[in-house]
Order: sequence, then structure tokens, then C-alpha cells
Amino acid sequence: MQRIIKNGQLIDETWHLLPKDAAFDSLPNCDDIIVPLGLWVDHGPALKARDGGLGVWLDAGDEIEEIADQLDNFQVIALNFPAFTDGRHSSTAYLLRQRYGYKGEVRAIGDVLRDQLFAMQRCGFDAFALREDQDAESALLAFSEFSEVYQASSDQTLPLFRRRG
Amino acid sequence: MYVYDQYDQNIVDDRVKQFRDQTRRYLAGELGEAEFRPLRLQNGLYIQRFAPMLRIAVPYGLMSSTQVRMLAKIARDYDKGYAHISTRQNVQFNWPDLENVPQILAELATVQMHAIQTSGNCIRNTTTDQFAGVAKDEVVDPRPWCEIIRQWSTFHPEFSHLPRKFKIAVNGAVSDRAAIEVHDIGLEAVKNAAGELGFRVSVGGGLGRTPVVGSFINEFLPWQHLITYLDAILRVYNRYGRRDNKYKARIKILVKALTPEVFSERVNAEWAHLKDGPSTLTEAEIQRVAAHFTDPAYRELNDFSGELAELDAQHPGFARWRQRNTFAHKKPGYVAVTLSLKPTGVAPGDVTDKQLDVIADLADRYSFKEVRNSHNQNIILADVEQSRLFELWGELRDNGFATPNIGLLTDIICCPGGDFCSLANAKSLPIAEAIQRRFDDLDYLFDIGNLDLNISGCMNACGHHHVGHIGILGVDKKGQEFYQVSLGGSAGRDASLAQILGPSFAQEDMADVIEKIINVYVEQRNEEESFLDTYRRIGVDLFKERVYAANN
Ligand code: HEM
Ligand code: SF4
Repeated sequence: MQRIIKNGQLIDETWHLLPKDAAFDSLPNCDDIIVPLGLWVDHGPALKARDGGLGVWLDAGDEIEEIADQLDNFQVIALNFPAFTDGRHSSTAYLLRQRYGYKGEVRAIGDVLRDQLFAMQRCGFDAFALREDQDAESALLAFSEFSEVYQASSDQTLPLFRRRG
Repeated sequence: MYVYDQYDQNIVDDRVKQFRDQTRRYLAGELGEAEFRPLRLQNGLYIQRFAPMLRIAVPYGLMSSTQVRMLAKIARDYDKGYAHISTRQNVQFNWPDLENVPQILAELATVQMHAIQTSGNCIRNTTTDQFAGVAKDEVVDPRPWCEIIRQWSTFHPEFSHLPRKFKIAVNGAVSDRAAIEVHDIGLEAVKNAAGELGFRVSVGGGLGRTPVVGSFINEFLPWQHLITYLDAILRVYNRYGRRDNKYKARIKILVKALTPEVFSERVNAEWAHLKDGPSTLTEAEIQRVAAHFTDPAYRELNDFSGELAELDAQHPGFARWRQRNTFAHKKPGYVAVTLSLKPTGVAPGDVTDKQLDVIADLADRYSFKEVRNSHNQNIILADVEQSRLFELWGELRDNGFATPNIGLLTDIICCPGGDFCSLANAKSLPIAEAIQRRFDDLDYLFDIGNLDLNISGCMNACGHHHVGHIGILGVDKKGQEFYQVSLGGSAGRDASLAQILGPSFAQEDMADVIEKIINVYVEQRNEEESFLDTYRRIGVDLFKERVYAANN
């Protein structure tokens, strides 16, 4: 079973991430699933009526504004990094937490690597499905790489200049 | 200058540890080349033609003598005994071994230096006027604002993988010596009618393949909102800047595509959520930072004009040097002195470890233990007593810093080019040298007057050729190194981009070509008219005719 990082711990994965071309007809009723944005847009009411948990995932070019008023429907919002150098969803995570007050899981998926974790958790991600080749145990060390930060983000909403002793 | 407290030091120390581990994992094969690349770049480490190049951050160009001595030591211990002052006020080493970089960073951290974000697709070192704090025409000292921006941008978690690199420059004087209009964001500190401080904000300037002069999208941003407004600009860029084509990924392309008006509406819409939030700057923070940039212990002096004029009369060499290499100071009795790193035959901006030690020593004895790097690749002692100028001149001559050419044709901005850089189309250093040799008559050089000549070895424009009064660009012509010449660029206030003259020239013709261009200028100028003004008045045609005339 794949393991993911959640709140700084390794846990077993219980969600099924559906591919972008997943068809609505074949969905199981009880599993916890993370559906692509398109499926949600087309079948939102039916997806809500299922018994299993529901999450949605956005590709790098998808804009969070599209579902900003529907966030209550999702226990998980997963944001895809096609390449770890594509930083668009760092802004999305920030917006989810700070602008839209989303309290559920914000999960990084795709090209998620150890050396980006510190910055990602700052922006608002609390879950990480690491790329398969990553050593998850040692990746946990990334969260404590810096003991102090200058600017405000989701993890620390006060900039250092308001906290300097 | 700014001195780290425990917070700043911890952040830099943590970075040293982090990069040491990243390098270890890379060398052990745990971290692939593709994954390591952005990490090393964000730490200023390029792999270039012969060896890695390590770019050290010099925030807004300011260094203490202790830091300069550390650079000398690094040049000696880890490089081939020299360093290079870059066009963004940083310092580069051309020959360090990758294995040694963590140790170099550890040594730098002991003197409050680092290589954070000196490369890569992130917010780079913020640059400013090399005469900040001492210039007579200064309205607002830009240095505290640069430091505030430095702290905000350092490891900004949201903006560490932007579509492309991002450069911010700040100017606080009447003249723009920071070239703000060719930066991704240019900030001009201004005062409004009520005497309140704010910023004029330009976005979307930049050089590179598609040179663009920035557009001002805000005429007065009150200082309290600087950080929230920057956050808003960066968020819009991070989300909507192009990522499909790295040549179209700079913010200038986004601003152009949207138009500056629409871009600024987007920024304002984003900013509306952030304005007056926790990142709003406080009076206390400004004061805390500004306290590091108060005047040094100047003595109450009078200008030394009479004595200096007498020395000028006795020593024409001194007079010449003083005319070009000194800059008026706001304090009576003081003067700023530029050490020329452009003697003929030395790569522009190169300094040896010994010279760096000398510079540190001169800073201790003449200028309150500080120096500045300029984006023109020279070094400045900003606070020299006029009464000691003659003595200083002697020491500068002994050490090769007294070439009296600041702002003249031979004070060339030049990238490393084909001698060092793997992206080059052509060499640039030999062109600089050939031109310097051709114009070796000082009287003539002085007569030509202010002239920015900038050379890049390829269209990446590291040598700022687009904004040279004369710009030279290395191009590939059927596998041969050729050079395209352009005229009329300017990085100052009312920046302009140079216009290409025509077909490119062979290396051996370059000195002739420049000479012909200068001849046209000398024939056509009105009294006291600079090259740039003459060009702006008469246009490109006469220059073209002369340069391309058959058998000429
Ligand atoms: C030798 C290795 C170097 C390499 C591989 C390199 C590469 C590049 C590239 C690819 C760009 C264009 C990026 C873009 O427009 O988005 C660039 C721009 C630039 N480089 Fe370099 N460079 C090198 C050395 C230098 C040096 C030594 C300097 C300083 C003297 C320098 C100063 C600059 C500046 C100021 C720009 C910015 C132009 C702009 O605003 O777009 N580079 N460099
Ligand atoms: S302009 Fe081109 S040749 Fe010159 S340093 Fe930059 S990338 Fe290299």
C-alpha cells in the first residue's frame, strides 16, 4: 500500500486518485475517491450523493476560483505538480487556506519531491503523495530544515518583522 | 550597513546545512541531475564551460571590509586567485569545485554572506544605486527598502518556482543609476505633495531575448503597502505567467499580452485582499532597518575645492582621474570614489585576491570600512575625505585601480562570453580589449565623454547590450563569430532600447567600426552634446552610411 505524508507523519493511503479520463459510470459507491476537476464539473450532484469520501484534484492550469464556492463538498483537495518546478499550485494552496478558509486536506500530488516540502507546507499543503522514487522516511527531515522564516504564508501568518523579539 | 541578528543568522546557517546535505545526496547519486539543478541554481551555482560558477549575493551591492577579505580568501583557497563583479552587483567565482561549495558557503555565512537566490527562477538579489545614501541628488535612501525586500524575498515559499527569474531594482535619486525600467519590477522611491513616502512601480522591464522597457502601473504606492503589493504582483505572475516556453516566461511577456492596464487591474484585484493585512509594513520595522543605514561618523568639514584645484594644476593625471572617478557627496568635505576595474587587457569586472585585500584595507583606512559594487562592474569607496584624495589616488595607482575612465568608452560592461560561457555565440572579452586598445588616447577619450558601451556574447544579454549607447552582441554567422552593433540604448531615466545598425561584423573589424561611429559623433555633435543626445537628435542614418560605406 502506498504511504503518504500527512501532517508530518507517514500514513497509509486510503484514497483512490482517479485519472483525468475517469468515466463516471465505473465509480464505486463506497470508496474514498479523489476525482479530476472535469468529473466534478460534469457530475457534481451525483458525486455528492455517493456514500464514500470525496476529494477533487486540480491540474496545474486549473484555477481554484472555479470551485471556490463549492469547497465544502471536498474532504481532500489535491493539487497536481506536473513538474516540481511548476510553482502555480503553491499559490493555489495559499489561496485555499488564506482566502477561502478551506480546512480540509490540501494534498500535493505529481512530481512531489523532498526538497520542495518545506516551502510547500508553508503555503498550506498538509499532505504529500511523494513521487514514487522518493525515500519517504528521510523526506520527513525536510520539514525542520529551517528554524525561522521571514515572510507570512499559511503556516505563519505573521511576517518575522511583527515577531522579532 | 545591515547587520544580521540571530534570526537572520539562523536562516543563513540553516541554508548552509541544507545545501551541504543536498550536495552530499547529489554526489552520492541519491539526487538526480534534474532534481539537483534548480537547487544548485537557487544557490548561485551554474555549471558552465570549464567549471561551476558560483555567484555570491551582495545585497544591493554593499559590502563590509570583513566581507571583502572573505571574498579574497575564497578566491585564493577555492578559485584561481580572482573574482568577478557582476552586472547585478554580485560577485562570481569561475573555478570552484562543486565538492567545495558547501564549505565555501559555510565560510561566507561567518561573515553574513550567502548565495541564496542568485540564480534560478526565483526573486533575485535586489539592486540599487551604487551611490545610495551619499548621492547629492538622492530623495530617499533606497537601502532600507532593499533590505526589507531582501528579507521578504528570501525563501519566499510561494515564489520559489516562478515561470522565470525575477529581478527587482530600487532607485531613490533624481538620476536613475539603478536601471529600474529594465527590471521585472522597478521601484522609484518618491515623496508626494504632502511629503509622504511612496513608490512609483514599474513592471515588465527586462533585457534578454526580448528587451522591454517597463510600464509604470502605480504612480504612488504608500510605503506601508510595499510588501503586500509586491506579493500581489508576484502572485499574478506566478499563476498566469507562461510556463510552456522559457523564452516567453518573463513577466514582461505577460504584461505585454494582457496590456499594462489589464495587468495592473489584476494586481489591484489581488491586492485588495492583502492590503492592510499582516504584511503591511510598520513604522517600527522601517526604523529598525533604517537604523542600520544612518550616516557614518562624518566629521564636520568644508569642501577642499581650492586645494584640490591646486593639486589638479600640478598633477594633470590627478585632475583627469578626479574628473572621471569621483562623484559629488552630500556631505561637505567628502567625495565618493570609483575604483576602475576596467584597465585595458583585464576582463571588465575582474579583481584578484590581492586586489580584494587591498580594497578591504583601503575601505578601512578611507571609507568607514565599507565598499559598494556597481552594476557597471566597478567598486566604490563612498565616503572619502576630500583632503585625502590625493593620497588615495597614489594608492589606487599602485594597485591598478586608477584608470581614469569611469563612464567613458573604455568603461565597458561585458559578459564573460565565449571564453567562459557555454551559451555564447561569440567571445566578448577580446572585443572589449580591442576597443580599449584602439581608444588608448586619454585626451581623445575625455573629449568623447560619457559613453556606455555594453557587450554580450549572446542574446541572453548578460552584458546589457540593449541599453548601451553602443551595444555589441555576439552572433553566429554560419559557424563564425560575428558581432551585431546597435546604437541609442540607455538604462537611465527614460530608458530606451538600442536600434540595430545593420548586418554584423567580423571580430577583426570591430575596433574600426566603433571608431567610425565615434567619428560620426565627433563631427556631428553640438558643443557639449553627449553621444546619446547626438544620436537621439540625428538618428541612425549617418552612422549607417559611414559604417557600411564601401572601401571606407
Ligand atoms: C557564464 C555563465 C552565465 C550563463 C550561463 C548565463 C546565462 C544567462 C541567461 C540564460 C540569461 C537570460 C535569462 C532570461 O532572459 O530569462 C542571462 C541573463 C543575465 N545575465 Fe547571465 N549568464 C552567465 C554569466 C553572467 C555574468 C558573469 C553576468 C554578469 C556580468 C551575468 C549577468 C546577467 C544579467 C544582468 C542578465 C539579465 C538580463 C535581463 O534582465 O534579462 N550573467 N544570463
Ligand atoms: S550574454 Fe550569453 S555569452 Fe554572455 S554570459 Fe550571458 S549567456 Fe553567456
